[in-house]
Amino acid sequence: MAQKTSAQQKGAAPAGIDAGLARALYNDMVLIRRFEEKAAEAYALGKIGGFLHLYIGEEAVGVGATSTLRPDDYAISAYREHGHCLAKGSDPRRAMAELFGRIDGLCKGKGGSMHLFDKSVNFLGGHAIVGAHLPLATGVAFGIKYRGTDQVIVCYFGDGAVPEGEFHESLNLASLWKLPVVYICENNRYAMGTSLERALAQTEIWKFGQAYNMPCEAVDGMDVLAVRDVVARAVGRARTDKTPTLIEARTYRFRGHSMRDPAGAVYRTKDEVEREKLRDPIVLFRDRALKAGWLTEEDARKIEKDVHDLVDEAVAFAEASPEPPASELLTDIFKES
Amino acid sequence: MAVMTYREALNLALREEMKRDDRVFVIGEEVGLYEGAYKVTQGLLKEFGPQRIVDTPIAESGFTGVGIGAAMTGLRPVVEMMTFNFALLALDQIVNSAAKMNYMSGGQFNVPIVIRGPGGPAHQLAAQHSQSMEVYFYHVPGLKVVRPSTPADAKGLLKSAIRDDNPVIFIESETLYAVKGEVSEDPDFLVPLGQAVVRREGTDVTVIAYMGMMYRALEAADEVAKDGISVEVVDPRTLQPLDAATILASVRKTHRAVVIEAGAGFAGMGSELSAVITEQAFDDLDAPVERVTGVPAPMPYARNLERAKTPNKERIVDAIRRICNVNGS
Ligand SMILES: Cc1ncc(C[n+]2csc(CCOP(=O)(O)OP(=O)(O)O)c2C)c(N)n1
Ligand SMILES: [Mg+2]
Repeated sequence: MAQKTSAQQKGAAPAGIDAGLARALYNDMVLIRRFEEKAAEAYALGKIGGFLHLYIGEEAVGVGATSTLRPDDYAISAYREHGHCLAKGSDPRRAMAELFGRIDGLCKGKGGSMHLFDKSVNFLGGHAIVGAHLPLATGVAFGIKYRGTDQVIVCYFGDGAVPEGEFHESLNLASLWKLPVVYICENNRYAMGTSLERALAQTEIWKFGQAYNMPCEAVDGMDVLAVRDVVARAVGRARTDKTPTLIEARTYRFRGHSMRDPAGAVYRTKDEVEREKLRDPIVLFRDRALKAGWLTEEDARKIEKDVHDLVDEAVAFAEASPEPPASELLTDIFKES
Repeated sequence: MAVMTYREALNLALREEMKRDDRVFVIGEEVGLYEGAYKVTQGLLKEFGPQRIVDTPIAESGFTGVGIGAAMTGLRPVVEMMTFNFALLALDQIVNSAAKMNYMSGGQFNVPIVIRGPGGPAHQLAAQHSQSMEVYFYHVPGLKVVRPSTPADAKGLLKSAIRDDNPVIFIESETLYAVKGEVSEDPDFLVPLGQAVVRREGTDVTVIAYMGMMYRALEAADEVAKDGISVEVVDPRTLQPLDAATILASVRKTHRAVVIEAGAGFAGMGSELSAVITEQAFDDLDAPVERVTGVPAPMPYARNLERAKTPNKERIVDAIRRICNVNGS
């Protein structure tokens, strides 16, 4: 059985944290971590092709943010999106099958790792042209306002999107038109091998929100509860009075840019990587939850075991799923009316 | 039926479709208060209000992406490009987002959007404001591309484009906005996408042309009629999907084809039409396909050079005579 992640549904009361919420947050972060580890293994075995960008180290951002959303809210992301998609509630088996390029994948194997889409959970993709999905998110928010619902959209993107024009066009339009969108920059300090300092005249990314006259702040992206707090406020503003927000979540990717940059070490020091790993968001939250009594050691172990089983099952499911039939090559180019 | 301009026909199409379906909205630069750089959206702001006639700042990639995002989640935007030349700033959104979304998502997210505005040769608008733009779009799987030559087609095709569930690139022309013609006022009048039309029947040679070139082809047909050459003129109307059947049927009847293209020629629509005819009707041809294309140069400003850049009636007449082995007088 696919287990739907549950942090999202627990999102009602950002202030309090109870065992149920702690369990959900921990579960979702461990699920993403394990999913990515197994994906890396499958990649090494040649079962996944192309580019594979892992979210390891950044789990607290996607999980904390999603925990403030309702199921009918939208999320959209770049190509490092497995975590956002799983947090939103996608079936890990179908996500893994998509990475394997199989017919039971979320997109019938036609999207791949960088293009996960799942309409059933309002996950709007996986976009691999840096910056290009920010206008799309803005348009989804425009549509929400046009239809008069109280949904919101969160839009995840990297620090590498900030120097792109579409980041600036989007923030300007969203603020000008008052649209219910939360822009979450996952600042992991590198765009491939280019560090923030080598790319941006203003490295305090949250400050661009000031330029566009919208609420903005930075948050420790290794702290799932801090992320949850900041995003909950932004989502509240978006929902009640259509105010967009720019959030800079400061995080770090523990692995290379993609599987083709396995060491991720020419443009940053080993020391730096090791130092950042000490702030592993999953370890930090586990310790905190145990200390606070939200989880017991047995709870944590049980979650870890269940997640491992679930991801093993996802890999088996992906492996057993057939390749898409040749007929799929020419379907979905146009929607037939 | 009423006689109206091409511009009024587009305006009527927008008005009818917006009345019919409240998911349809218009977005672009100067479409509201200013009523459109070419006045295609005249009166719409007053009638439908600023929520549905949305003025944008100058941010083509941004507002095109907004349209695509809105379309992914159920709306039916009509994005106006002030001129299609500016669509180059949104080319990534059109090609990488709109065209591929349905495919990448395995059929989960289609993008029912129309991107429209004028393009092609105009009157001394010079290099950056007049060039054939369709070539950038019809090559891309997932896009439909329309070039409407007459007021009736402008209305009927725009309505079909808005009702289509896929991205449609709809390129009008500055030179045609004032052209008048009979247009149906029936709100159910549609011209389906993907259907060519025979503009003039003939027996000796098929000339394939659209937009301004279609009018030049009709003038050329009148001219060579004096030599006893009977020209059939076919207007494809939709370039993608292309109605090859109508074109081939005509060529099989006349056994000769001249394809006209305002653009620069190399790997252009003329090349494609010529390939389709040669591949599929080779045995029916009495002569190789003739191409008449624009000169491979940017659009010059000077009036005399501008005239020399784009095919004219004389060049089409020459090509028809050549392919029919008739020497001009
Ligand atoms: C428009 C564009 N330019 C370049 C690339 C190549 N590219 C892919 S990922 C990437 C780095 C982006 O970094 P960032 O936005 O910080 O995201 P991260 O990988 O750190 O999550 C680059 C340059 C691209 N995909 N799109
Ligand atoms: Mg980065």
